[in-house]
Amino acid sequence: MPALHALANPARFLRIARPLTPILFWLGVVLVAFGCWAGLMLTPPDALQKESVRILYIHVPSAWLGMGGWSGLAIACLSYLIWRHPLASVAARAIAPAGATFAALCLLTGSIWGRPTWGTWWEWDGRLTSMLLLFFVYIAWIALDRADADRSGDGRVPALFGVAGSALLPIVHYSVIWWNTLHQGESVVTGKIAPSMLWPLFFTLGGFTLFFAGVVLMRMRAILANQKVEARLRRMAAA
Amino acid sequence: MKAKHQRLVLALLALGAILGASALAMSALKDQAAFFYAPADVKGKPLPLDRHVRLGGMVEKGSIQRQPDGVSIRFVVTDGQAKVPVAFRGVTPDLFKEGSGVVAEGRFQPDGSFIADNILAKHDERYMPPQAAGNMHETKSLEQ
Repeated sequence: MPALHALANPARFLRIARPLTPILFWLGVVLVAFGCWAGLMLTPPDALQKESVRILYIHVPSAWLGMGGWSGLAIACLSYLIWRHPLASVAARAIAPAGATFAALCLLTGSIWGRPTWGTWWEWDGRLTSMLLLFFVYIAWIALDRADADRSGDGRVPALFGVAGSALLPIVHYSVIWWNTLHQGESVVTGKIAPSMLWPLFFTLGGFTLFFAGVVLMRMRAILANQKVEARLRRMAAA
Repeated sequence: MKAKHQRLVLALLALGAILGASALAMSALKDQAAFFYAPADVKGKPLPLDRHVRLGGMVEKGSIQRQPDGVSIRFVVTDGQAKVPVAFRGVTPDLFKEGSGVVAEGRFQPDGSFIADNILAKHDERYMPPQAAGNMHETKSLEQ
């Protein structure tokens, strides 16, 4: 982990993050825009679902980032617990709202997609319920983290909750395999999507991921700047 | 052992325990967390007559019968091992077709049939353009 340790120095992190933020952000936006355009214009409709299948290009990346976001948050929390690097808790704090937004987007696009295909906005099946729980866990983590910061806690409680929350990830992922659900099984990793319909998904998947990383770096820089301001104000008040 | 190594080992053990426990607990929930009964699940067992339940499977080929009143239909749900006749009155989703997946909400009757008050279409994990689909979606019902 020497590379990570080197990055844990906030000054060095900022030197790298500053130029990287706009690159990730804008490259992500361009890839998403192209992927969406290709998904709307260049791909054929699905044999059964017709045009409604196109929401896939937003729904799948949202699900990926909703779950990937919590993986990132849990890794940050874990490394905060082990190495006590303050930058790790900054990273967790930066990821949480971004991950929660994509989890919400996943639920929303899924609901819109479910209405024409399944005939329902919402059903309490294993996949839908576990994803909704993940969204609630994000909200709970944000609330807990704020409460901890307000009481000038050391961040250990939210970090523990972040690690424990990763118990939901295998449940969301395997829900469609363990249980019979209304939601269909794995399509992307098992290669059940025709190549002519699949390729724009890689643009939106990659694009949303870069965009997510750009937003997280942006938020981390903002949190670090805020901490600097608060420290300076405290020093001035003390003087 | 340095304190941070101790924490590393402890934290990784805890993470492994959490993931393992959740995976074990949830896969043990198999039956309780099922969204629907498959026809084979109720075959030869006492039917859950007292509860509003869901029945899922494939709509058997050639089984959909439109009733003269125009809004009632009868069809057969199968999972390859057992069959359940279903009666339903109302509007079905667009994807409700013979040979594709369905989840019916309603009650089992003492004679083993099922009266549905809502029909959901369940599609499989395959996505393909119309010209490639042809018989692909149909083979699924034969496999099962």
